[in-house]
Amino acid sequence: MRTRVRMAEKVAFLFLGVTAVVTLASLLIIVIHVFKGGVPHLSLKYLLGKPRNMGREGGIFPTIMGTLWLLTASLLLAVPIGLGAAIYLNEYTQKGLLVKIIRYFTENLAGVPSIVFGLFGFSFFVIYLKLRWSILSGALTLALMVLPTIIRTTEEALAAVPDFYREGSLALGATKWQTISKIVLPAAAPGILTGVLLAMGRIVGETAAVYLTVGGALHLPTSIMQPCRPMTLHLYILAGEGISLTGAYATATVLLIGVLILTIAAQILGNSFASRNIGKKG
Amino acid sequence: MLAVRRLKEKTIKVLLFITALVAVVGVILITIFVFGKGWPFWEKYGLFKSLMGRVWLPNLDGESIFGLVPLIVGSFCVTAIASLLAVPLGVGCAIYLAEIASDLWSRMFRPAVSLLAAIPSVVYGFFGLIVLVPVIRDFFGGLGFSLLAGGIILAIMILPTIIAVSEDAIRAVPKSYKEASLALGASRWQTIYRTIVPAARSGIIAAVILGIGRALGETMAVIMVTGNRPLIPKSILDPGVTLTGTIGTEWAYASGEHTTALFAVGSVLFVLIMLINSIAIVIKNKGELK
Repeated sequence: MRTRVRMAEKVAFLFLGVTAVVTLASLLIIVIHVFKGGVPHLSLKYLLGKPRNMGREGGIFPTIMGTLWLLTASLLLAVPIGLGAAIYLNEYTQKGLLVKIIRYFTENLAGVPSIVFGLFGFSFFVIYLKLRWSILSGALTLALMVLPTIIRTTEEALAAVPDFYREGSLALGATKWQTISKIVLPAAAPGILTGVLLAMGRIVGETAAVYLTVGGALHLPTSIMQPCRPMTLHLYILAGEGISLTGAYATATVLLIGVLILTIAAQILGNSFASRNIGKKG
Repeated sequence: MLAVRRLKEKTIKVLLFITALVAVVGVILITIFVFGKGWPFWEKYGLFKSLMGRVWLPNLDGESIFGLVPLIVGSFCVTAIASLLAVPLGVGCAIYLAEIASDLWSRMFRPAVSLLAAIPSVVYGFFGLIVLVPVIRDFFGGLGFSLLAGGIILAIMILPTIIAVSEDAIRAVPKSYKEASLALGASRWQTIYRTIVPAARSGIIAAVILGIGRALGETMAVIMVTGNRPLIPKSILDPGVTLTGTIGTEWAYASGEHTTALFAVGSVLFVLIMLINSIAIVIKNKGELK
């Protein structure tokens, strides 16, 4: 009897261990495969060069700039709105029907598939608001898409700030907004930044929503009203239409490096924030 | 002075309230502009008739046939394959990380899960196209571009969602449950599957549903590996197309009524996902209340 229980436990733990190994292996296989195919083609000339012959030759500078334009513009829109919403939800309202409704909608917004964001961005920003295929249309769509991420992480960061910070500040005669802007927000800053980094990763990696809203022209954008082609879209076109395999590997590598840096930065920042706050409460 | 200050505080509160409403307005606008654009399609072709139609054949010049069954079947197949693979793997991995792995090991593992979540879908699709499709072609025959390829890639993509949400749910089970079970003489494994997993059930179910929602809504990776043929598949090795994939691939050349049809497809997708997510949210909240 005892041995059977022990056997069952051994088998079960082995299976669970295998699931963890499979997960880790999938990550490593994908990353290593892409890097192996792409790293040999990376050079400063490739990163800063102009594409020729639809991306068969030359570099990817315009697509890097396309990604950076989209990233900057959508962050400028999403971060202030997301912060504001999170502050309102966490600092100004108690539980109520309205807050419940806002939370429900925010959670549902997070679940909307990116292709539906794309359809919406096209029919609303591109056509209805006449912004045409442009960086602005894409950035507005992306901003809406990452808004729930920023709201949720900011809310968590604000909730982790101990109440005696607020009480101390209010007791000293500071107003509510002074307390929030001078005490609460700085204390929550690392947590908020973690959320922003996660959102950046999503923006950089997004394809479907961008595909329907930015046009995809392979040129160096000079204004927010122009179309562009971010790296993700470039990779899709290179690989999907069979234009250039080496180009696809190299673009995928640059994309992966960017996303990995953002994710690891978010992890490190998130960890240090968590341990610091535990220290405070204890 | 005091009045000015009070006015300022009030203004800020109103401004913050407006920012909080953006998400609500966003969802409403999405609903209006996606459904509104698809509406003429339902009026002309009929909701029931289109949803039951077995042929999807957009015709650039003449009459088109828009039956959604092949797309719905395709979406269902890839999602089912992905769930069959990812649920045991993901939940198993979550249990391993929360209950069995050493603290250090699970802390090192967590960034790996985040990285898996952060890899862009187009990179997954590229990997599937270059590696998975040829492997399936060599092992099972056929084109390689198949629902199976889509399902496998989606499984890897939804793993992080399932792992992260289930792990949180398992960690949230009070320590006293575990201690009581062990004190009664149960083995560690008995404690896990008789006490801890049942207690974390609602969170784990929510994780699975969220994963399914993600699989259903994924576009780029699926486009690149399923072959995008709007036929009702006979086996999982056949090529197929999903709701998302149809929009993604036909978008490039659609015009007029065809575009309207794609918005109608988007509406179906939107309704399905909203339903799935609402179920997940309700289950998760119920679990948290307990």
